Amino acid sequence: MGKEIDIFSIVIKLKAIRILPVILLTITMSLILNSQAFAQDFGDSVFLYSRITVIVLLLVFSGAVLLYTKWAKAGKKLFIRKIAGVDAVEDAVGRATEMGKPVLFIPGIADVEDIETIAGIAILGRVARVTAQYDTPLRVPVRYPMVLAASQEVVEGAYAEMGKADSYDKDTVRYVAGEQFAFTATVNGMMMRERPAANIYMGGFFAESLLLAETGNAAGAIQIAGTARPEQLPFFVAACDFTLMGEELYAASSYLSHEPLLLGGLKGQDFVKVLIIISILIGTLLVTFDIGDWYTNLFDVP
Amino acid sequence: MRTTIPIIVAFLAGTLLIVSFFFNPEKIWIGDAKELALQWMTIVGGFALVLGVVSIVRVNARAVQRKSEGWFYKLMTVISVFAMAIPAIMPVTKESVGGSIFYSIFPESCMGYLGTGSNSFYDWLFNYVDAPMMETMFAMLAFYIASAAYRAFRARNTEATLLLLTAILVMLWRVPMGEAFLRLFSDNLPGYINTYVMGGFNVAVQRGIIIGAALGAASMSLRIILGIERTYMGK
Repeated sequence: MGKEIDIFSIVIKLKAIRILPVILLTITMSLILNSQAFAQDFGDSVFLYSRITVIVLLLVFSGAVLLYTKWAKAGKKLFIRKIAGVDAVEDAVGRATEMGKPVLFIPGIADVEDIETIAGIAILGRVARVTAQYDTPLRVPVRYPMVLAASQEVVEGAYAEMGKADSYDKDTVRYVAGEQFAFTATVNGMMMRERPAANIYMGGFFAESLLLAETGNAAGAIQIAGTARPEQLPFFVAACDFTLMGEELYAASSYLSHEPLLLGGLKGQDFVKVLIIISILIGTLLVTFDIGDWYTNLFDVP
Repeated sequence: MRTTIPIIVAFLAGTLLIVSFFFNPEKIWIGDAKELALQWMTIVGGFALVLGVVSIVRVNARAVQRKSEGWFYKLMTVISVFAMAIPAIMPVTKESVGGSIFYSIFPESCMGYLGTGSNSFYDWLFNYVDAPMMETMFAMLAFYIASAAYRAFRARNTEATLLLLTAILVMLWRVPMGEAFLRLFSDNLPGYINTYVMGGFNVAVQRGIIIGAALGAASMSLRIILGIERTYMGK
C-alpha cells in the first residue's frame, strides 16, 4: 500500500506557518487597497481588488486553523468544551441496540454540494461504525441520488472498517423521493411503522424539520438534531431531546473522531471567533462615536 | 489510491473555487469557475438519478415480491415513479424517430395526452395528484407547530416562562386582533415589540448562530481541502 498523501503535512514541511507575519503586512495592504479610490481605479481589472479583505480574513483564518492543528499534531493538549448532543449519539445508538430497534439517520434534505450535507455524511460515518459494532439496524433515507451514492460509500466503508462487511445491507441507505414533502411523508411513515428507537437529523433542513421531529417525538424515539439554519433551530429545539446549533454540526464529526488533529481545527475556529467578537466590539464603538465609516467599508464586500 | 485521488480532487476543486472568487468572471475564465462547477454538478446529478431510481425500485419491488405489510402502497410507488418519468422522457414530436412510431400507433387526437404539455397525462398527474398531496403535507405543519409550541411554551422554569411571555407578546403583535389589543395600552407598543424583541434579541441571537455556522463551514471546508478531514469518505 502506497503512502497516503496529506496536504496538511506538505504545508507544514514547507514551513508555511511562517507566513503569519505576512498576514499582518497583508492587513495593512488591505486597508490601503480596499480604500474606495483604489478600488475604483482597478474596477475593470481581472483581479477583484474590492474583495481583498476576504483574502486577509482567509489568511488569518487559515493561519489560525493550521497553527492549532500543528500544535495538536505536536501533542499539545487542547481543551474542547463538551457538546451534549454529540455525546448523546452513542447513548442513542446504545438505546436502540437494547430495544432491538433501528436507528434512523437523515443527512438533511439538501444536495451534496451543501456543506451541511457533507457534515451530515461525516457524522453518518461515525454513527454507522457504532451501529456496525453493535449490529444495530440503520436506516438512512435520502432525497438526492448524489447523497445516496456518497452515503452508501461512507456506510459501507464504516461497516468494512469495523470488520462487519457481511452485515452491510445495500438498502441501508435508500433513495426515497426527490420532492420535499414526498420525502417527508415517506420518512414519517417509516417512523410510525418501524418505530426507530433513535432518530438523528444532521444536515440542512427546511419546512419539513418540524414535521419530521414531531412525528419522531410522537413515535417515542430519542431524537438528536443538528442544523446550521437558524430558522429551523426552534423547531428542533422544541421537538428533539438534543440539538446541535450551527457550528456544533460542523464540529460533531471531529468531536466524535476524538482525533487531536481534527480537534485542532476547532480550536483555530474558536480563535477566529474571538477575533470576530473583538472586531464587532471595535466596530460598535467606532460607529457609536460616528467615526466608523472607514471601518464598516472594510467589511463591505461586493 | 481510494483515499489519495479524492483528496487531490477535493484540494484542486476547493482551491480553484476559492481563487475564482477573486477574479472577474467577465475578464477571465477562472472567475466563472463556480458556474462551470455547478453545470458539471447538474450533469453528474442527472446521471446519478439512475442510482436513485434503481434504489427506489429495488427496495419497493422486494417488499411487493414478499407481499410484506403495505405492499400495495409500495407497488403504487413504483408505478408512480414510471408514470411520471416515462411521459417526461418520451419523444412526442412527429419529426423525432421515437415520436413518429407513436404517431403511427395512436390517432393524432390522442397525442396531446402524451408528453409533458398542458392537458397531457403528466400534467394532469402533476396538477391533480402531486401538487395537492404536497400542499396537504405542508398545510399539516400548522398543527405540528401548535403541538410543538404547546410543549415548548409550558412554564416549567424561569427560562421557559420568559419564552412563554415573549411568545405571547410576539403572537399578539403578529395577529391583527392582538395588535388592536396592544394599542389599547399604547400605540407604540407593537412597534416596541418589533424593534426590541424581533429586531433586537432575535436578530442578535440569529446573527451569532450565523457567524458561528459560517466559521464552522469555512473550517470544515478548509479541513477537507487540506485533506485533514476525511470523515466524509468514511475514513
